[in-house]
Amino acid sequence: MKQLTNRSKVVSDKSMTMAEAAYLPAVFTGLGITLKHFFRKPATLKYPEQKREFTAVYRGRHVLKRDENGAERCTACGLCAVSCPAEAITMVADERKKGEENLYREEKYAAIYEINMLRCIFCGLCEEACPKQAIFLTTEIAPASYEREDFIWGKDRLVEGVESTKRIDITARQDR
Amino acid sequence: MEWIFLLDKTIIAFIAFSITLLIATYSTYAERKIAAFLQDRVGPDRAGPFGMFQPLADAGKFFFKEEIIPATSNKFLFIIGPGIAMTTALMTSVVIPWGGTLEIGDRLVSLQVSDLNIGVLYVFGVVSLGVYGIMIGGWASNNKFSLLGAIRASSQMISYELGMGLSLISLIMLTGTLSMSEIVEQQHGFWADGYFSWYFFKQPIGFLIFIVCAFAECNRTPFDLAECEAELVGGYHTEYSSMKLGFYMFAEYINMFISSAFMASLYFGGYNFPFMDDLGLSQNWITIIGVIVFFLKIFAFIFFFMWIRWTIPRFRYDQLMRLGWQVMMPAALLHIFATGAVILFNQH
Repeated sequence: MKQLTNRSKVVSDKSMTMAEAAYLPAVFTGLGITLKHFFRKPATLKYPEQKREFTAVYRGRHVLKRDENGAERCTACGLCAVSCPAEAITMVADERKKGEENLYREEKYAAIYEINMLRCIFCGLCEEACPKQAIFLTTEIAPASYEREDFIWGKDRLVEGVESTKRIDITARQDR
Repeated sequence: MEWIFLLDKTIIAFIAFSITLLIATYSTYAERKIAAFLQDRVGPDRAGPFGMFQPLADAGKFFFKEEIIPATSNKFLFIIGPGIAMTTALMTSVVIPWGGTLEIGDRLVSLQVSDLNIGVLYVFGVVSLGVYGIMIGGWASNNKFSLLGAIRASSQMISYELGMGLSLISLIMLTGTLSMSEIVEQQHGFWADGYFSWYFFKQPIGFLIFIVCAFAECNRTPFDLAECEAELVGGYHTEYSSMKLGFYMFAEYINMFISSAFMASLYFGGYNFPFMDDLGLSQNWITIIGVIVFFLKIFAFIFFFMWIRWTIPRFRYDQLMRLGWQVMMPAALLHIFATGAVILFNQH
């Protein structure tokens, strides 16, 4: 049979040679190897203080974007919910009233928009399905919690802030 | 004069006892740190600076854990099992000569709790009692896994005690005494009569047999079949929880400390260090430096114990028994014959 790699080794059950049966040469080789590691720099990252940088296209928790005027882009079409393989997204649509044009870009908007972060598999299909460029995945992690209810994220946590400082940059995922 | 002698010995015993406990406590910390460094990790570093308070946190955790005594166990034996393990582990520190003699006023105070003339024999007697802690604990649990673990552990300890004792006989043929302090005193300095004075250089093979058997006696890797939590259930302390389990583990670390001290004093000159007579220091200074040197040697051995643990995987049980009975014991016997031959050759 043709070998795919040259890493495989032929296994045999031959009895040990004198040097192998004495164990000691192997023991000292092993001690040398572990001692080399003793002086090596640890690979540990001290997590809460230090964080490993994610790639710009990391698929973390979601954000509902606003447009340049601060109005929500989402029009509650439900394509994200349909495309979601884990059925994590639910929403309730509502009609935009007069005088709410600064709040919602389209005439229809999501009155309730919920993502169950325990169901979500962070595949990014919602983002691909969205025709309004409203939902994106970010490089942030959905934090842990003791309560199941805390993992159902509503609009209060999903929609980004109006102020420019509270906007979440997703250009890396847009350019992808 | 009698009461001041007793006072000296009480103070030394108390200090030796506390140092033993302290070092055993911090051995757990050292073990975790060394394990981490050998595996390119950091180890415990959250409790206090560099994680220094980790042993305290561990002990606190042990106290607050739920204490389970199985309903079908023999309660009395179940409770005294860890006690026996702990007591026998601590008892051996009595004969270790921690240092030379201090001059306080006009008195000479020897830094050894008791200079038994059969010190080595005493250590062996007490160490073999340590098997009872394991056997009683395993049997009293009334659990087949505990019982099998106890049988496994005690047969291992008994097997390796043979090799250990026999390898020491050849050392005692050289020393001509069983007193620990005399053996250490014979290794005075580093160089005497045109050869190294430490017994390691006179009996390297004997030392090798001894250290391998000491690893097995302390239930350390590669001979930690007493526990091997990964593949053979917990071993004799399967049913133990809370501080009773803590006692068993703690006794193991004390055993490691004591056997390190034992090896350092028998083979590596104890509190003796090179050029100790050429420094021109007073008796007290020599003694104090000697104590520090002795502890450095002990720490080196403890490090070696841990270094080995994170290097070598454990033996299979049949390999363990074969090594104990078919390699260690014959090797130790041959070593006795060789030593006897050399002594005889030198006499004529």
